[in-house]
Amino acid sequence: MPLFDRKDKSRYASFTRRTLMVSGGMTAVLCALGGRLYQLQIRDGALYRTAAEDNRVNERLVAPPRGRILDRFASELANNRRNYRLLFVAEQANEKAETALNSIARVIQLSDQQKKRVLHDLSINKKFVPVVVAENLSWEAFALLNQHLPYLPGVQPDVGETRSYPYAEQLSHLLGYVAPVSPDDKKGGDDDDPLLDLPGFRIGKRGIEKQFDTEIRGEAGASRVEVNAYGRVIRELSRDPPVPGKDVYLTIDRELQSFTDQRLAGESAACVVMDVATGDVLALSSTPGFDPNLFNVGIGQDQWRALMTDDHKPLINKAIAGEYPPGSTFKPAMAMAAVQNGLSNLQVNCSGALQFGNNVFHCWAWKKGGHGHVDLKRGIQVSCDIFFYEVARHLGIDKMHDAAVALGFSSRTGIEIPSERPGLIPSTAWKLQKTGVPWQPGDSLSAGIGQGYVLATPIQLCTAAARIASGKSVSPRIVRVVGNQWQPRPSPAPLPFPEESFAAVQEGMNLVANVPGGTAYAWRITEPGFEMAGKTGTAQVRVITKAERESGVKNDASLPWALRDHGLFIAFAPVAQPKYACACVVEHNAPPHPQVQVARDVLLFAQQRDILGRRAAYPLDSADTTPQRDRA
Amino acid sequence: MTIRAYAAARRTLTLADKLYEINWGLVLLVTLIACVGFAMLYSVAGASFSPWAGKQMLFFAAGMVLLVVAALVDVRIWLSLAYPAYAVSLLLLVVVLALGHSALGAQRWIAIGPLELQPSELMKIALILALARYLHGLGVEDVSKPVRLLIPLVMIALPALLVLKQPNLGTTIILVADGISLLFLAGLSWWWIVPALAGVAGAVPVAWRFFLHDYQKARVMTFLNPQSDALGAGWNITQAKIAIGSGGLTGKGFLQGSQSRLNFLPEKHSDFIVTNYGEEFGFVGCIALLLLFAVVIGYGVQIAMSARSQFGRLVAMGLVLNFFFYILINGAMVMGLIPVVGIPMPLISYGGTAMLTVMFGFGILMSIHVHRQVEIPRHSGGII
Repeated sequence: MPLFDRKDKSRYASFTRRTLMVSGGMTAVLCALGGRLYQLQIRDGALYRTAAEDNRVNERLVAPPRGRILDRFASELANNRRNYRLLFVAEQANEKAETALNSIARVIQLSDQQKKRVLHDLSINKKFVPVVVAENLSWEAFALLNQHLPYLPGVQPDVGETRSYPYAEQLSHLLGYVAPVSPDDKKGGDDDDPLLDLPGFRIGKRGIEKQFDTEIRGEAGASRVEVNAYGRVIRELSRDPPVPGKDVYLTIDRELQSFTDQRLAGESAACVVMDVATGDVLALSSTPGFDPNLFNVGIGQDQWRALMTDDHKPLINKAIAGEYPPGSTFKPAMAMAAVQNGLSNLQVNCSGALQFGNNVFHCWAWKKGGHGHVDLKRGIQVSCDIFFYEVARHLGIDKMHDAAVALGFSSRTGIEIPSERPGLIPSTAWKLQKTGVPWQPGDSLSAGIGQGYVLATPIQLCTAAARIASGKSVSPRIVRVVGNQWQPRPSPAPLPFPEESFAAVQEGMNLVANVPGGTAYAWRITEPGFEMAGKTGTAQVRVITKAERESGVKNDASLPWALRDHGLFIAFAPVAQPKYACACVVEHNAPPHPQVQVARDVLLFAQQRDILGRRAAYPLDSADTTPQRDRA
Repeated sequence: MTIRAYAAARRTLTLADKLYEINWGLVLLVTLIACVGFAMLYSVAGASFSPWAGKQMLFFAAGMVLLVVAALVDVRIWLSLAYPAYAVSLLLLVVVLALGHSALGAQRWIAIGPLELQPSELMKIALILALARYLHGLGVEDVSKPVRLLIPLVMIALPALLVLKQPNLGTTIILVADGISLLFLAGLSWWWIVPALAGVAGAVPVAWRFFLHDYQKARVMTFLNPQSDALGAGWNITQAKIAIGSGGLTGKGFLQGSQSRLNFLPEKHSDFIVTNYGEEFGFVGCIALLLLFAVVIGYGVQIAMSARSQFGRLVAMGLVLNFFFYILINGAMVMGLIPVVGIPMPLISYGGTAMLTVMFGFGILMSIHVHRQVEIPRHSGGII
């Protein structure tokens, strides 16, 4: 019996042949797969390895903590506060976001607007991205929330950092504020710090925060993290810690600043206090201020509009950007010019008016029949306009201009705050170039009493007072130390005035405040040893018409606020050994001359506190290697 | 040899004989490959047995039982079950189309009690059995007769169309490939083969126009130009190549692969599991795995060649080729050689049904090996 029939044998042979063919085919295909593996893993391996690294590693910027701003006694004016935040991660909540938010709202206050924003943020982010529900929570609210955490799935308490200005309005103009980066900030192109692209990053927008932004900002750190395909961070691979921003020490005394601000409260005013020997600014007030914290967290539309439309202009730093006709506070400068040009013995008889060309120039005391016999010191004491008309007539505008410029007028003082205005002292060349009309001698007379074209800022007036008091060309400086670096302070050059000019003008200003008949005698400092010398001033806001002059409408207090004169005052103290200079401007003031009283109180406060006698707390003072010591 | 072999074929094998005759070397190889799968599933889960590796081990254990049981079943019983199995599978395919679960946009599953059943998986084995039984009854010269050929073509076409309708392009391709291969092995004349190949080439544009689903067309298009949709559908291809390629010569080391673990790959535990292997074990590891597969295939071919019955030979080769097509399609897919089709890597990709089907296939292969001397009369083949 055959084991296999013939047909089966042929079938077997055919099957074997074809099986071998198929096996060959399979072998070839497996070899092809191996070849492909070679291609991918060996030939192009390096290429794919790079692609894989790019895939998984993400560089993340780590924001540095912003440097603090401190006063001369190391009191913190701007710091970083813990920002208690509440985050919500959708994927960790086992309920709908609306329900979760309602549960949260039972613990802390949540407005409908906040809820709407959170829901919107959740809708545009991936489910694992934490979304901020509430920021700047109080410690109590934050603690309460933590307590309820077990019942709030998906809620993450978080402690971040945010800029804080503990004194709010009081230092607003000085410090400025920080706010999120706007497209305009990056348009300049000179600041290509990658931090600017970090979401939520804030930079200085005004004041010291802006001027020293790059120093205070610090340098970004980087964190290399492994991410998965959805961008979720799996782990941190390495970290370059950020370089914290530098601390900035100001010359300001916070207590004096607060005092000054409180004294000016309610007024549209500015006040500057300066160390006459160094130019260190001890207080720089401009009221009203604004709350810089608002800009940090995001100012509301209404709040912004209110700031913009306020007629007291809370967004303008009047101490450095307010340009006022200095009025009679300009007279000490003109007295300096007079002595400089040999008019120290000028004698004038004031009858209340001066005929000049076709015009009559009045003295402010013209109704009383004038000041009578006036010399330089008395001219300052009683603020006799006629005397200074005579000075102006003798000197001519260009000599007046040169003297005023030497005292610091007509150019920016260089104080380290942006937006300073230069003020203006006219000259013949200036007027011709500006208006095309040649200088008129009458213009000089107006300039002689600080009117006409003359404009000065409070910081310039204070600088002039300091220069007259010290005899040195000090310039105002407000930043003393940045990080561990003294800020350069130009060494005061001698002024181009003869020695006796300082003595004469100082004496004239002494008479103003301390001798009966002086325009500020009523508001003198009576504490012995703290007496101040000063000069009052009034800047006309409107032209007094001839009709008004004749009908006697002169009562400034009866006019609407915006039409009243500005009141100005410059001073230094103590008279015997000047240490502090002060300039105070109150816009549209009404008697009894708040600017004089403020300056008096501020100077007395500064002396009694003995700011300059105390050892400042700059971080470099304690180190022996410091190149430059603060005043002994 | 022949006398004794014949006697052996006549003799009724005892259970002990059968167990002894199981090709334990092949079982070991299969286990080894499955272990590669366990390791990879452990790795992509972030060094964890849950959710995949642990379950996969249970699937494999169940599959091993199935393998041994199937190996002990006489090959003649498999022959007698061939047509009923085919009929039941076909019925199930109809049922699943009518009321099956939809997974990932395709109707592939039906639930039988707690079991989720994929009839297309059953059909792969049923088709092989049924075709082998039919061809067993035909001589070489009969296969190419048009009337004789029509029946197996219908047997292939019916399930292929049903599966395509699910839609499941990958399984359709495998069914057709399995079927055509068996016809070829049974001795189909070249006069049929060459024109058929030409016809397929001509049919591609027609299929493109009328039969392919949009997602299938999209897969093909993104395959042809992955950069056209680098973050969308092309993502799979690009990321798979990055993962494998970044493995380099020796790989990043076990558990060190970042791409698949970090979810850059979709289906990282199923269809794309091999990318993680390529990333962690590199070229050396991949070639080793390919060799393992090749040896398994070699064993299978040897079993087919040594079987005495045409049914046994054809079933063995059908199962081997089925296994091979899985490897080919999955391998070529993850390496960016063909468009993405949903075909797992046998023994390695996660999945209970696939694991059981593959192990069942090896069980039948083993049964043919154990009963290789069994002769089956030709009249058992054909129709009934």
